[in-house]
Amino acid sequence: MATKNETVIKVEPGKQELFITREFEAPRELVFRAFTEPQLLEQWLGPCTNLTMKIDKLEPEGGSWRFIHSNEAGNAFGFHGVTHEVTAPERLIRTFEFEGLPEKGHVSLEKATFEALPGDRTRLVIHNVFMCVEDRDGMVQAGMEYGVREAHEKLDELFAQMMQQA
Amino acid sequence: MRRDVFQAIADPTRREIMALLASQPLNLNALADNFNISRPAVSQQIKILTECGLVMIRQQGRERYCEAKFDGLKEIADWTEQYRRFWSTSFNALDDLLENMKAESKANKKKK
Repeated sequence: MATKNETVIKVEPGKQELFITREFEAPRELVFRAFTEPQLLEQWLGPCTNLTMKIDKLEPEGGSWRFIHSNEAGNAFGFHGVTHEVTAPERLIRTFEFEGLPEKGHVSLEKATFEALPGDRTRLVIHNVFMCVEDRDGMVQAGMEYGVREAHEKLDELFAQMMQQA
Repeated sequence: MRRDVFQAIADPTRREIMALLASQPLNLNALADNFNISRPAVSQQIKILTECGLVMIRQQGRERYCEAKFDGLKEIADWTEQYRRFWSTSFNALDDLLENMKAESKANKKKK
């Protein structure tokens, strides 16, 4: 894998935002479609060793969206919001709320920009802004809580087994 | 424990305390002098910082000195790494999808 296409996350301590940056070997028209067409989105967003993602709703600009992530244990986590702006092929803006929190109303604003790079390449920058630092940090930690932790435990199990057999 | 480290530095007063302690250990009174809030309020912030291992309190004679321990902050880097890996996995899958889309588009062009 080319090192120039590394996923970069910027999470500065004490701030209410985070940035996700990634480059792709495809023109932004295609990358934008992969973000907005349900049958394409389902093929890449969320798949981990033990997570499946289903699109419950994905309406055009001005409408609402809802995704459901389920893990092996059968726990389902819903995410929903409103699509504020869809400007193909350069910008997507939406609100975002995780339904699994004990309290409603922790909404974040998400902007994805798709920049055309020479050689038919694309730079994606996702900028998420939260209502407070705790919400931002909660989002970053959530990866541990619903899937990534289990994936790492499985990996540890596998390594232990491999070492036994070596 | 990891959650607390995040919460600890989310607060601006606690960040200022860490910044002050970065250059030298300070006793509780000397530290509290830097803030407009009450002494008990400063103590409360120190308590939170000690609970997640970012500050250690040493007794020296009758004085209690606060010392910063920065290895707790490495925990935060770990959280970001887990989050990054989640996105990285998805984007790797997107790479594959984009290759398929490009190939399909080429194939369609040839048909025409």
